Amino acid sequence: MTLTHPSVSVPRRPFARLMRGLAAIGASEPQKRVQFDRPLTPWLFLAPQLAVVVIFFYWPSVEAVLSSFYIEDPFGFGATFVGMENYSDALTNARYQATAAFTAFFCVVVTALSLGIGLLLAVKADKVIRGAGPYKTVLISVYAIAPPVAGLIGMMIFDQHIGPITELFAFFGHDLRVGVNYWDTAIAVITISVWKQIPYNFIFFLSGLQTVPVSVREAALIDARSGWRRFRDIVLPLLAPTAFFLLIINITYAMFDTFAIFDVVVKDKPANNPMTLVYKVYLDGFKGNDIGGSSAQSVILMVVVAALTVVQFRFLERRVHYG
Amino acid sequence: MQQVKPLDHLVLILGALFMALPVIVALMSSTHAAIEIHSNGLYLTPGGDGVETYNKVLTARGGFTGDVTGLLMLGNSMIMGIGFAVGKIVLSMTAAYALVYFRFRFATLIFWAIFTTLLLPLEVRIMPSYQVMSTLGLLNSYTGLIVPLLASATGTFFFRQFFKSVPDELLEAARIDGAGPWKFFVDVLVPLSRTMMAAIFIIMFIYGWNQYLWPLIMTTDESFYTLMRGIKSILQVWVGSQIPDYNEAFALAVLAMIPPIIVVVVFQRMFIKGLTESDK
Amino acid sequence: MATVTLSNVGKTYAGGVDAVRGVDVEIKDGEFVVLVGPSGCGKSTMLRMVAGLEDVTRGEVRIGDRVVNTLDPADRDIAMVFQNYALYPHMSVRDNMAYGLKNRRTPKDEITRRVDEAARMLELAPYLDRKPRALSGGQRQRVAMGRAIVRQPSAFLFDEPLSNLDAKLRVSMRGEIRRLQKRLATTSLYVTHDQLEAMTLADRLIVLRDGAVEQVGAPLEVYRRPASAFVAAFIGSPAMTLLDARVSDGQALVGDHVVAPAAVPAGEVTLGLRPEDLRITRDGPLPMRVDYIEELGAQRIVHGFVDGQKIAVTETGAESLPADLRLSVDPGALHLFDVKTGRRLPQTVTRPEAVPA
Repeated sequence: MTLTHPSVSVPRRPFARLMRGLAAIGASEPQKRVQFDRPLTPWLFLAPQLAVVVIFFYWPSVEAVLSSFYIEDPFGFGATFVGMENYSDALTNARYQATAAFTAFFCVVVTALSLGIGLLLAVKADKVIRGAGPYKTVLISVYAIAPPVAGLIGMMIFDQHIGPITELFAFFGHDLRVGVNYWDTAIAVITISVWKQIPYNFIFFLSGLQTVPVSVREAALIDARSGWRRFRDIVLPLLAPTAFFLLIINITYAMFDTFAIFDVVVKDKPANNPMTLVYKVYLDGFKGNDIGGSSAQSVILMVVVAALTVVQFRFLERRVHYG
Repeated sequence: MQQVKPLDHLVLILGALFMALPVIVALMSSTHAAIEIHSNGLYLTPGGDGVETYNKVLTARGGFTGDVTGLLMLGNSMIMGIGFAVGKIVLSMTAAYALVYFRFRFATLIFWAIFTTLLLPLEVRIMPSYQVMSTLGLLNSYTGLIVPLLASATGTFFFRQFFKSVPDELLEAARIDGAGPWKFFVDVLVPLSRTMMAAIFIIMFIYGWNQYLWPLIMTTDESFYTLMRGIKSILQVWVGSQIPDYNEAFALAVLAMIPPIIVVVVFQRMFIKGLTESDK
Repeated sequence: MATVTLSNVGKTYAGGVDAVRGVDVEIKDGEFVVLVGPSGCGKSTMLRMVAGLEDVTRGEVRIGDRVVNTLDPADRDIAMVFQNYALYPHMSVRDNMAYGLKNRRTPKDEITRRVDEAARMLELAPYLDRKPRALSGGQRQRVAMGRAIVRQPSAFLFDEPLSNLDAKLRVSMRGEIRRLQKRLATTSLYVTHDQLEAMTLADRLIVLRDGAVEQVGAPLEVYRRPASAFVAAFIGSPAMTLLDARVSDGQALVGDHVVAPAAVPAGEVTLGLRPEDLRITRDGPLPMRVDYIEELGAQRIVHGFVDGQKIAVTETGAESLPADLRLSVDPGALHLFDVKTGRRLPQTVTRPEAVPA
């Protein structure tokens, strides 16, 4: 790898990394020693997937990129080419910047909390092994719950009139007004999002912990007296690959899969409520009819996600090779 | 050898309560009348109005959405979950088979074309996807609900990994035994993948069942509403009503979460295996 | 039954690696030929070219009177036994054996007859309805052989079939394979890296090195007259000692010590001495310093140095040995190889009688 000046390489880097990442998964494993050599059959097997990918992935993706360079007439009478204007509009818009800032904050908080709690519970469940079954079942059940359902239940719990958490806040002298007050809504959305994601992290951490060989644990028991030291020096480093994988997944989750939670809690009334970038894409596109602007925001998000995914692939490839 | 400390269980119990209480609250409150909830708040104990509420939610037309019963939405969610899972398995197994077991021109290009889809979730291209669907006339159809979601290659990626782990000699033995590409696929590979197919089915069923955004924009005709779409509707009706139908909302939430919970709890082991091994 | 003929067969992988170079071999009808060599010598590639699992880059492979170079594996009338058995895990033992026959549209009762017969021959009858995972390693290997037998092919191909078994089972399966092959009299090509397996199984050995044939011959012939230093070191256990030596005035010398008369031109040579051909004697010409002794029960192997070079001797004594010994050797037991090419040097001295086994 050669070093280039950062300011020069920035615009090209996501693409280069994407290609490297894809090349890595493409080349990382050897092919089968023997393969079928037929001209037509593989295409028959590929046809359904290819058709779906071309029609429902490439076509819309190309549309998104194209329409991001146009401003569409609100009455549907054609579109005007405006170049990068949609992008500069989006990036300089104060509302967009605020949303981007909140999205970053939201990702960090949700990821940190759900990873932390998931890890804590997994470590404890791993310790009690024998009685871990019921806890595991409870946590896994919550994994199955859809984000909008989580949002609905959460909304009730944070409800103005009947919500117990609202009462709790009132007891401490705070008038919680979810859906009205910006930070109150943020608290609700973060709590619900964290709640929904804990099981996923728990499952992965627990299975990661259970792959730590008994012999290593026993060696650690001999080498270190304090449980915390054992955890920090032996178990945590062995969990690092799982944790890194989960980090990426959690960021992706916070950015995209929380859409439904926002939609249920905010209920199409963005007025003074926090939201994520992807929710703004939806609002501007479907509610605001600003197709060009929405597309430009989509493309910006695409770049962010692509970069994240490539990081994940690079990591995945390493994990495949070095166990 | 490590000692179990009461503290460990305490942490676990608190964690389990934090996770389970909202679910219990939803379940219990759904058996109380809306007015009770309105005046007394949420419940942790069962009430006496459960049968009536669920009956209304499941069978009454226009309970809250106007023209659609909960039963119909339950059916649509089921179609969505099963259709998605089956479609995903069929598409990704055949594609992965071609990628792993065939030598053909442009194989690398095709590989990239398919796996690039892993880079961009549906949410970021939701607007143009909607336009494409509308151009194709697929709005308000099961095809439109299910097929576009199949465009992501997660399943293909997983089956490709799995096929690569199948020993080379199995194909060689089969070729000496006179099996061609179709026979090998049907007689050897598919039966060999049964466990993996089941694990993927569970994960994809839940994924399909839990879809929210796509049904939201794809269906305006209420006869195609899924339970998730119903949740959106019940909340829209909510605005402006004096005493919202808390109980019905909870009942709907319970209906929407019970099937996937049953699936993961019953197939817990297979589910965890599928999840932790396919998402890597 | 058929002959298998390889004429000037070569294999070059994409990337230019020559795995097999110009191999000429003829396997006679009913013959058991073993391809042996260290890993990476091209022996598996050769077998796989005969099977049709690998393209033939150059030359011609014939099975019977057909050139099979471009024929599909299924059409070559061969059967193959794999190292990892390659049984279909989801099929019962019976279905595993029957699968190839079903694909060839063999009549049902004929399939049943053949499978039952093979099962009887291999003592698999009680396991016919089990899945492979319910069987032991030895049983699985027998199923793999059964799958080959029921096909009644022109030739059996074995790709290191015993390598996944433990040592004891390997010995008994070795006998079983030998017995079966004799009974069925099917032309067989067998690949192994284990020289003992090769010696005990083969009618004829083919020793391969770097994709080329180093020597072809009956096991004892190869053992007694290895064509090169490589074969000499590879065949036989414990391995032949190879010493830097020279010949002058019709005598082979290691350092300053005359070993025995040698009828080759004077100069540097590589001298090969089999441990079992050396004798510990009071007044032998070769001084040996003992390093350590391996007791094997029936015999022992004495390891040490002659003139600073490693050497091994087998003997059957039980008494303790002094640190310094003297060795003597029959002139007929000397193996002399060219230093540069490693090829055997033709000797005019004739071997007196059979070498002790």
